[in-house]
Amino acid sequence: MIKTDYIKELARKGERADGRKFDEYRTPITVEFGVSSKSAEGSARVLIGDTEVIAGVKMELGKPYPDKPDEGSIMVNVELLPLASPKFENGPPSIDAIELARVVDRAIRESGSINFKKLCIEEGEKSWTVIIDIYPINAAGNLFDACSLAALAAVKDARLPKLEGDVVDYKNRTDEKLPVEKDALECTVYKVGNVLMIDPTEDEEQAASARLTVGVTEKGRICAMQKGGYEKLTQEEIIQMVDLAIAKTAELRKALENGKLYEI
Amino acid sequence: MSYNKRFDGRKFTETRPMKAKTGVVKNAVGSAMFQIGKTRAIAAVYGPRELHPKHLQDPSSGRLRCHYNMMAFSGSGDRVRPGPSRRSKEISYVTELALSPVLDLSAFPKTVVDVFIELVQTDAGTRCAGICAASMALADAGLKMKDLVCAVSVGLVGGTPVVDLNYEEEAYEEGAVDIPIAMTPRDGKFSLLQLDGDLSKEDFEKALALAKDACQKIYEVQKNALKERYVEDKK
Amino acid sequence: MGEILVKEKEIVAPGDVLASGMDYIPTDGAFRDGENIVSSLLGLVYIKGRLIKVLPLNGVYIPKKDDVVIGRVSDMTYSSWFVDVGYAYDAVLSLKDASSDYIERGADLTTYFNIDDFIIAKVLKVNKSMAIDLTMKGPGLRKITRGTVITITPQKVPRVVGKMGSMVSLIKENTGCQIVAGQNGRIWINGTVPDMERLAVKAIKFIEQNAHKSGLTEMVKTMLSKEAKK
Repeated sequence: MIKTDYIKELARKGERADGRKFDEYRTPITVEFGVSSKSAEGSARVLIGDTEVIAGVKMELGKPYPDKPDEGSIMVNVELLPLASPKFENGPPSIDAIELARVVDRAIRESGSINFKKLCIEEGEKSWTVIIDIYPINAAGNLFDACSLAALAAVKDARLPKLEGDVVDYKNRTDEKLPVEKDALECTVYKVGNVLMIDPTEDEEQAASARLTVGVTEKGRICAMQKGGYEKLTQEEIIQMVDLAIAKTAELRKALENGKLYEI
Repeated sequence: MSYNKRFDGRKFTETRPMKAKTGVVKNAVGSAMFQIGKTRAIAAVYGPRELHPKHLQDPSSGRLRCHYNMMAFSGSGDRVRPGPSRRSKEISYVTELALSPVLDLSAFPKTVVDVFIELVQTDAGTRCAGICAASMALADAGLKMKDLVCAVSVGLVGGTPVVDLNYEEEAYEEGAVDIPIAMTPRDGKFSLLQLDGDLSKEDFEKALALAKDACQKIYEVQKNALKERYVEDKK
Repeated sequence: MGEILVKEKEIVAPGDVLASGMDYIPTDGAFRDGENIVSSLLGLVYIKGRLIKVLPLNGVYIPKKDDVVIGRVSDMTYSSWFVDVGYAYDAVLSLKDASSDYIERGADLTTYFNIDDFIIAKVLKVNKSMAIDLTMKGPGLRKITRGTVITITPQKVPRVVGKMGSMVSLIKENTGCQIVAGQNGRIWINGTVPDMERLAVKAIKFIEQNAHKSGLTEMVKTMLSKEAKK
């Protein structure tokens, strides 16, 4: 496979096809809020190179789970739309879509980014569920990081809808933000040949033998992980990957801070 | 007539502000975004490409296949469950019928051209915005078309003929009639016509008459956006 | 009296009226509708005498006889290879067109071309239902074993090649890379240093993006010399 061989050969020489360093994101990383501000309680659009992802938050009123009667909950869903790539097909969610959703979910959930207790309205009876729907619009590599960033951006953009008894008035939003107490973001490190790199293009993803997604909070703590790919990783490699992810999520966080309102 | 001033202050014959852009999905052969008011659609074209299953292949021409979908958070109330519904399937089908008459795929036997339409945000008129975006995306993909297709919803709100109803108007308490249409601007013929409501034949004619002017304006927006990408930078 | 309503090289959209009256004749990308000649494409208008045509600015690759293309072997049988050339259906390379060597029956065909190999091939024929036959017999036609292949919009390939190959020569001279531009939009680039390969890719992408502009050669020259100084 000439493309894969080419990428591996370049990697051996310490190079990438587009001239980036191994630890360099495509630039600029853009975050825009309110891409669906009329319809969604919160929404955002993220661009990393040619990769574009839209995420939206809907708040649903429900009953707390019996084992956590004083907590709200979240649900994360990723749809790999055939609009976004010739490789995606209509039909039930593929394993790739399911993995993406679960990995994005894990960082937000396990970090305690959202204080679920504050989403409970009436113990055992009424609580909010935060539903995050994520849609890649153009899939051009590194969907994990883009989806994670878009999800957190949409959550931070969200405002609770008005509640009249048991009825949600979706037309009227309050000023109340979601109880986001930590900012968990994910950086995925790929192993290509013998080198570790971040933010792969699609061709680089194809050439990779393993990857590690690491969820990192703003304090630099680890909150989620997922190893992918068929090759094994050594402990040294894992530690290097974690170091790289911790350092690089800071850049994603900066892009989030510099986020602007969406304009066409 | 009870509805004598529109909720958003528009003239009865006026569409909401429009914005359009092509080349919005790099992976696609052609793509476009079309926004009217707060309703925004993205369309991406893939193909002509291989068509499965084989029995659907037409040895004399390519086929057009449209897929309309609302993003889960794009509705004006509860979350829309992802995946096809009866509604989205019907809209996909009438979208195909609205676009087919202009499209010439005779050079691509046995193939399929897929058009994926996604609604990011909605405020009524979604199938029409989708058709406008799809028509642009097909042209952007370099496919042969006899004309563009322009779509808008016309109708009656509280008995008054209006153009481009928004959600508030569609839900008007004293009754509304919604007539989504698509038109090829050069010959003024209709390729989509649906109607929800209750009205006299006279009012129907009045509403249809409004469509033509609105479509001309939509046509200008579509054409300008298609060409904009290729116009030399003015310095 | 007929009248031309557009300028040479003007950008037109499907449905735009290009000319009125019966004096002009529509060819590629245009059609007659009553008194008018109408564009059927988003593209550039060309007027030659009484003939009006519109060339598209975008689209998939439409195979034509004698096109040199870059393909990827996708499958094989005991007597032929299937090759993805970027069209909806794979092209076929049959044993007799694969090599000037005598290939014995039952020979191991993977020694010639294996699945996922990239090849520079020529379109031998295209029939009415768009079945495509390829050949490897001809100068420069071969398997690619080094370098990289990038994909651009097939309609922009003539600009990358330039008049009599002038544009591609310019890039070759400035980067020292071997470059073969397939009519199907796939371009093979092979250099000795990654920097120069990247520069060649950058120049080709630059041409793709600015293909509709005039004075392109000068723009590319400026771009290449600016990059060389870095």
